[in-house]
Amino acid sequence: MLELSLTIALIIMALSILVCFIRVVKGPTMSDRVVALDTVGITLIGIIGIVMIIQNTLAYADVILVIAILAFIGSVALAKFIEGGVVFDRDHN
Amino acid sequence: MSLLHLVILAPFVLAILVPFLYKYVRQVHTGWFVMILPLTLFIYFLQFLPMISRGETIYEQQPWIPSLGINFDVYVDGLGLLFGLLITGIGTLVVLYSIYYLYNKKKESLHNFYVYLLMFMGAMLGVVFSDNLMTLYIFWELTSLASSLLIAYWFHKERSRYGAQKSMLITVSGGFAMLAGFSLLYVMTNTFSIREIIAQADVIVTSPLFIPAMLLVLAGAFTKSAQFPFHIWLPDAMEAPTPVSAYLHSATMVKAGIYLVARLTPVFGITQHWFWIVSGFGIFTLIWGSVSAIRQKDLKAILAFSTISQLGLIMALLGLGSAAFHYDVAVVGTLYYTATLAAVFHLINHATFKGSLFMIVGIVDHETGTRDIRKLGGLMAIMPITFTVALIGTLSMAGVPPFNGFLSKEMFFTAALNATTMDIFNMQTLGILFPVIAWIASIFTFAYCILMFSRTFLGKFKPEKLEKEVHEAPIGLLIPPIVLASLVVIFGLFPNLLAYSIIEPTMASILPNVLADGERFYVNIYHWHGFNTELFMTIGVVIFGSLIYLNLKKWAEVNWFLRERDPLNWVYDNSLVWTVNGSIKVTNMQMTGLLRDYFVFMTVFIIGLMGYTMIKYNIFAIDLANVAEVSPYVLILVIVLLATTVLLPFISHRITAIVATGVIGFLIALLFVVFRAPDLALTQLLVETVMVVLFLLAFYHLPELRKEKFTPRFKLTNLVVSIGVGLVITLTALSAHAFSHANPIQPISDYFVKNSYELAGGKNMVNVILVDFRGLDTMLEVLVLAIAALGIVVLIKLRMTGKEDV
Repeated sequence: MLELSLTIALIIMALSILVCFIRVVKGPTMSDRVVALDTVGITLIGIIGIVMIIQNTLAYADVILVIAILAFIGSVALAKFIEGGVVFDRDHN
Repeated sequence: MSLLHLVILAPFVLAILVPFLYKYVRQVHTGWFVMILPLTLFIYFLQFLPMISRGETIYEQQPWIPSLGINFDVYVDGLGLLFGLLITGIGTLVVLYSIYYLYNKKKESLHNFYVYLLMFMGAMLGVVFSDNLMTLYIFWELTSLASSLLIAYWFHKERSRYGAQKSMLITVSGGFAMLAGFSLLYVMTNTFSIREIIAQADVIVTSPLFIPAMLLVLAGAFTKSAQFPFHIWLPDAMEAPTPVSAYLHSATMVKAGIYLVARLTPVFGITQHWFWIVSGFGIFTLIWGSVSAIRQKDLKAILAFSTISQLGLIMALLGLGSAAFHYDVAVVGTLYYTATLAAVFHLINHATFKGSLFMIVGIVDHETGTRDIRKLGGLMAIMPITFTVALIGTLSMAGVPPFNGFLSKEMFFTAALNATTMDIFNMQTLGILFPVIAWIASIFTFAYCILMFSRTFLGKFKPEKLEKEVHEAPIGLLIPPIVLASLVVIFGLFPNLLAYSIIEPTMASILPNVLADGERFYVNIYHWHGFNTELFMTIGVVIFGSLIYLNLKKWAEVNWFLRERDPLNWVYDNSLVWTVNGSIKVTNMQMTGLLRDYFVFMTVFIIGLMGYTMIKYNIFAIDLANVAEVSPYVLILVIVLLATTVLLPFISHRITAIVATGVIGFLIALLFVVFRAPDLALTQLLVETVMVVLFLLAFYHLPELRKEKFTPRFKLTNLVVSIGVGLVITLTALSAHAFSHANPIQPISDYFVKNSYELAGGKNMVNVILVDFRGLDTMLEVLVLAIAALGIVVLIKLRMTGKEDV
């Protein structure tokens, strides 16, 4: 039973990645794509969590954390890029 | 290291000293120091004469690279000694001549001249005395090098450089072919020693490599000895100073090919291929050279073509002489080795009269300022000594009694007539060609000799055409040609001086095993043979030659007669141009400078190689028995991955492209998770993020993705190539999988599973492998990162502002 529901959950999540991906491709604006990408990251966390349950391991806990951090950093960097055109500011003096 | 070795190396040693002598002893002409050496060597070689004429030989060994069978072995027999005497004897005279010819110590760079000349002399001695083919080859190439340097002695002149390049290209390509031939000889006999190769001649004749080896060796000999069609470098080598022309291009270097043919006659001479090639090319060169000579207007050019023609004569005689291997001397007598006898005798005669004639031409050039026969004339009364010497040399070359040229020409006719009586090699039908061509060539020889002589010394003196006040040459310039001319007379009147002292031993080296032990070749050279065919042929030569000369005015109207340059030069010049243009075209075709073209080449090559291998060995296989089950979510992941990858090339917005790449990276990280590789997933995520950020950083500064207009053909190529690569790699992977299933191999991972905790004390197996079992790789990867980081810093910080070439 658990196995089945986990598989269903995985399929749903994979489908949601597919949907997000369509958004990444279609756009139409840059921000749409960034948000879609952010969502892909979060969905990935979910997938990895479920995979951990399926594989009965704790080995991917780090990966989840890293994805969370990276998704955040990535989104911020992209947002900053869209906003000002640069990711790292230069010294003004 | 025996004295003989030192003798051969002595010119090289002296060559090192020459620049110092030139620089520090300014008041004495450097040539005087140089002259001592060939004179000493000549006297030294003369001492061998009695011993050689008794039929003894000298063999001295000196290991050089014994592991490869390459030794500096020296072998002195009749043939070697004959050349040794020619080289040192004429060398002495040429150096003496050059002292007076290049009299201006300040203007001429004498140190260069004598270094090159000594280098040449040493190399030439090395060629004729080496018993080892490799040593011979090295000295052979040294003669080519020295010859080119000497031709381009006045390197500021364009014609000199052209001539030097031409001679270098032709002789060195021939030399290289010769090296290949020598290597084949080594393959057949397993030795480089000429004497041992001759001893194994029967092995060589039956070998399948015989014909290639013979052709390659002959290519070397023919290029060096200016045989048709490689003779074209010799007339252009006349840009060299006249002492060089006299020494290299008449008496010594051009005879190196003759030497090689004579030396290897015992190896190859038994076959009809050798007989026909050597004598055929020789006789054709003879007539080609003599007919070309008559068209020339420059004295040195006449002599150059005359040299070509006479070398052809000697070569033809050597070829005819090889027939002696097929006859029993005891039965047929001296008949069939007359050709070899004539070749050796004419070799000596040619060196004497051609050397003197070159020197005479040099004197005429020196005293009048021109070598053009249209400007010269009537020098007989002004330069009586030069005139006398020239008369002797010319008559000898024309083959008029009582000079030595007559004797060798008579013998040449005898040999050519003998050729018709041969009953081997189809000579019954084709043999008649030899005396006929020989006779016609001799007529032309006679004509150009008379032409050259009469236009220079007879007729009207034309001072208005000359730039200098003409007078007799200084005595120093005259001594060497006088010595040579007196030799012409001496050998002409007393030819038997040479008979058993040098000619007979030389014949014994060219034709070993023809005679029974203890027998000697019968050599008796005399003027009067009675009223035989040869005599009538000579009379015919004189008559028809005079007729040609007297009718030269009519000849001059023929278009062919006006063309001085050899028509084969057209082939040489154009093939040079074609080679250069062709290589440029080929290079431009492939080196487009476009990275994408190079990628196409590389990938197409990979596809071709892998595809060909797979088809040829029929190794393609799919094995579905051993595949894991695919869960539906993995399938979806892979579909998304594939969709992104396929879409990537169609994205026109750069940031979208970057994001799509990021998506691929993240999906791969997810695949890592599914396939239970946490460390990989972690790293992949981090690296992918950094990559995306870096892309964004870098691409911000770039313009928008350009919409390139590609031709359909270009697009199609790319499509085909990329599909091909994908297909080939996929098929390879599938086949490899099937192969590994069919041939199971014990994976080494079991060892790591078992031992990572026991031996290394770590539970994370991947990390244990990275830092413990296979720590070296990690260290170098760290190094790679460090180098990359430093590289980036350098690229950013170090901005070259000027036009530095990085």
